[in-house]
Amino acid sequence: MGLTVETYASAAEAARALAAAQDARYLGGGTLVMRAVNYGDQSFRRILRATDPALGRIAAQGGRISVGAGVTMAEITESRELGFLAPAARAVGGPAIRSMATVGGNLFAAHPYGDLAAALLALDGRAVLADGREQALDELFAARGRGQQPLVTAVTIARPERGAFRFRKVSRVKPKGVSVMSIAAWLPRSGGRIAGARVAYGAMGPTPRRVPRVEQALEGRTLDAAGVQAAVAAAAEGLDPPEDAIASAWYRRAVAPVHLRRLLLEEDG
Amino acid sequence: MARTPVEFRLNGAEKAVFVEGGANLLDVLRRGLGDMTPKYGCGQGTCGTCTVLVDGRPQLACLTLAETVAGREVRTVAGLPDGAELHPLQDAFMENFAAQCGYCTPGMLMAAAALLERRPDPSREEVVEAISGNICRCTGYEPIIAAILDAAQRRRRRAS
Ligand SMILES: Cc1cc2nc3c(=O)[nH]c(=O)nc-3n(C[C@H](O)[C@H](O)[C@H](O)COP(=O)(O)OP(=O)(O)OC[C@H]3O[C@@H](n4cnc5c(N)ncnc54)[C@H](O)[C@@H]3O)c2cc1C
Repeated sequence: MGLTVETYASAAEAARALAAAQDARYLGGGTLVMRAVNYGDQSFRRILRATDPALGRIAAQGGRISVGAGVTMAEITESRELGFLAPAARAVGGPAIRSMATVGGNLFAAHPYGDLAAALLALDGRAVLADGREQALDELFAARGRGQQPLVTAVTIARPERGAFRFRKVSRVKPKGVSVMSIAAWLPRSGGRIAGARVAYGAMGPTPRRVPRVEQALEGRTLDAAGVQAAVAAAAEGLDPPEDAIASAWYRRAVAPVHLRRLLLEEDG
Repeated sequence: MARTPVEFRLNGAEKAVFVEGGANLLDVLRRGLGDMTPKYGCGQGTCGTCTVLVDGRPQLACLTLAETVAGREVRTVAGLPDGAELHPLQDAFMENFAAQCGYCTPGMLMAAAALLERRPDPSREEVVEAISGNICRCTGYEPIIAAILDAAQRRRRRAS
């Protein structure tokens, strides 16, 4: 082992230490960091953590909600404020993983993980950094893996209208398999027609990603068989999903329209 | 190498240990404190046999950085019996043949204990969900599910 653990009382201090470090890894819930430690990962020598209670806060902020980076999946499933997000949080691992896994860690979890992150992306998620700056999740994901990641202290998300947010995880083993894909859709409606849809996939690329062609195809449509046809046809357009032990890229592309259709029409399966 | 003092409660008793940097809770419980009830299975959170309760919630001890339980309450199978009297889950596991090789049993017991403390009268679906992070390669799960449902009844009978 020979690792050093540094515990900071404030997120700001932890962020400064992380920014200055070459050999450090920030620990959220630790489900992935400790896995690496147990495997003897030599790419970091220091573990940084913060006990700042602000990281665990869930708070309404105007029309949006701020979810602390240290909030766990279990806490999301128990939060009244975040009821719409519970299905996505419940999709992460089993109960013991969920009492550890944090929002912040899910943003950086490598494929095939990041089920909650896909939901946050669909909800116009913005990462709040320790210095107060905000970064849209698309940008954060695009920068992932390039250089030291800044500490995220919270993610703010839109509060979807009742019934306007949908999430579905597709896995071979139920209830706790890893993703073939996950789909999150925020489908605001105006006069019965979709206006400003945001649709995101998990496990269909190196990071969660939006599917702009699906979003465009839904604009102004209704959620019925005819209305979703164009979106379903575009479900896998331009995607190059990863190959892994769970599914081939071909399979992921082939089933994406099926699962998108089920999500949009709220069919079982 | 840096060694850090960590104090927490284990099955109701105050413990103070020095931990090495990066040590996980499972190592601290087994090697540091001699509580051999949580088992080492995969070391990557997949098998669930190291499941313990931290402040009442199930956690994987192998993925829990030891420092993070400072000031908290950790419970293992060693803390389940009440003196000489086994916990209803333990009785029900024996009588329903829910253990074969027994390696997954401590994790199953703790995952089930976490469930019953929150949901004294769980549905079968809730039981399946509660043990979804725990792998058993012998029983086919059915006797374990039956035992947990049976234990829920026993607990309610004992309480009334
Ligand atoms: C058995 C098992 C099953 C799993 N199943 C799923 C699943 O179904 N779906 C899924 O999405 N994931 C799954 N995971 C992966 C993981 O548990 C989750 O993605 C979890 O949300 C990661 O959060 P964490 O707090 O544990 O991350 P950690 O391990 O603490 O950190 C992960 C990474 O994120 C970085 N990080 C953490 N917090 C921050 C922050 N605030 N700011 C900047 N960087 C940060 C860390 O430095 C590290 O690089 C599973 C893992 C295991 C072991």
